[in-house]
Amino acid sequence: MTAQLTVRDLEAWYGESHILHGMRFEVRKGEVATLLGRNGAGKTTTMRAIMGMLAQRKGSVGFEGVETIGLASHQIARLGIGFVPEERGIFASLSVRENLLLPPVVRQGGMGVSEIHALFPNLAARADSQGTKLSGGEQQMLAIARILRTGASLLLLDEPTEGLAPVIVEQIGALIRNLKNRGLTVLLVEQNFRFAARVADRHYVVEHGRVVDEVPGAMSSRDVEKLKTFLGV
Amino acid sequence: MFELIGVPPQALFGQLLLGLINGAFYAVLSLGLALIFGLLNIINFTHGAQYMMGAFAAWLLLNLAGLGYWPALLLAPVIVGLTGVLIERFLLKRLRGLDPLYGLLLTFGLALIVEGAFRQVYGVSGLAYPVPPSLAGGVNLGFMFLPLYRGWVVLASIVACLVTWAVIERTRLGATLRAATENPALVQAFGVNVPRLVTLTYGFGVALAAFAGVLAAPIYSVHPLMGANLIIVVFAVVVIGGMGSILGSVLTGFGLGVVEGLTKVFWPEASNTVIFVIMAIVLLIKPAGLFGRAT
Repeated sequence: MTAQLTVRDLEAWYGESHILHGMRFEVRKGEVATLLGRNGAGKTTTMRAIMGMLAQRKGSVGFEGVETIGLASHQIARLGIGFVPEERGIFASLSVRENLLLPPVVRQGGMGVSEIHALFPNLAARADSQGTKLSGGEQQMLAIARILRTGASLLLLDEPTEGLAPVIVEQIGALIRNLKNRGLTVLLVEQNFRFAARVADRHYVVEHGRVVDEVPGAMSSRDVEKLKTFLGV
Repeated sequence: MFELIGVPPQALFGQLLLGLINGAFYAVLSLGLALIFGLLNIINFTHGAQYMMGAFAAWLLLNLAGLGYWPALLLAPVIVGLTGVLIERFLLKRLRGLDPLYGLLLTFGLALIVEGAFRQVYGVSGLAYPVPPSLAGGVNLGFMFLPLYRGWVVLASIVACLVTWAVIERTRLGATLRAATENPALVQAFGVNVPRLVTLTYGFGVALAAFAGVLAAPIYSVHPLMGANLIIVVFAVVVIGGMGSILGSVLTGFGLGVVEGLTKVFWPEASNTVIFVIMAIVLLIKPAGLFGRAT
């Protein structure tokens, strides 16, 4: 399998603070990879840097052979990368339907609205509600669903299970496996490594703005112990 | 003829109509300001000058190109809107992410430059712009005489506000605009060219001001400072309605125009200050404005 996303020597800043110090990792086409790490390790910053949402970044981020470091955020999205931000990013001034239809279609092959409604019946039932009136789990489903419409082939999911009830976390796990079966590539940021272990093919451990270790998806008990030390759990 | 609280109905309805006309200008101008503030976070002090530029564009189109009122009503907003696009592209763009105070200073300075330049060329005596022949004259409504052109100004303003509101609230483009007002970085990360949207929004807000300027040209004389006087009241309207609220700015605009007109009937001396008194009261009771959301 070839790498779909290649991150090399990625550095990024938030204002004056230097957050990423040479991130290196890759995500292969059709796999689910995670970035694991403690709070403040630079996982979310990595996502935002890949999407070009930071004022200052350097190094190299290649997507399907295209170097994106010089591109604006909307140009990067249009290459076929879909972003589901931390806190979900549901718009309060938009209805559920408007939230769903907001991201423009960037490629052929995305899901149609009826297909999405079949997958997430709650979103159909509440299409006219204000987006932020949905429950946390429904908002997370909406945040993922609106990206599935666009035809993006790489999905960046930033802590999709954060603050959700275990039964919803199960649903999101099943959804991610479903997306993988459809041939989509997923890069996942997680704190909950038990969840990550169940869905991912590969884990990258992030500390102080760089990747310090790589662990296969099916972890040995030694891997688990090692991760526990890294994550401080 | 009957009288209403000691006021002849002709005077009452006359002032009401005047109030509605002023309200129409307040509404269209504060709508543009609200749109611009919502997306750009810039308090566009050039707005009054851009309204004046609209009136001058109509006058120049008539006197240099021989184009009358109706083509000017379309062309002047486009021309002035394009100057707005240039201002956003080359000046306002550099202020993104800075304190709104910088935008206020820059646009205020621009207004002074533009108004000074027009005063230098055209003087301060004001230029006449004729009422279009198709709207000359008026109709007797029984209780008052309605000059057709004034009726048209109110109608055209209401339509402009309604169309703008419908586009923002009921279309995909409007949804994108609302989302970009909330979180521009995320909307851009979805693949929307937000910088272009920002430029076009500023251009459209400016075009609305110019549209109001063309409507005003046959009523008031075309004058370099015609916007400078108006814009102060419009800012009071925006503060009362709530900065960034589209519907709020429109309703407040018309409402305050009428309040001002009625004050002229019952207490003429207070008519110039009534809006500012209301502003002070609203700021005391509801600082975010009547339709604003507290943040």
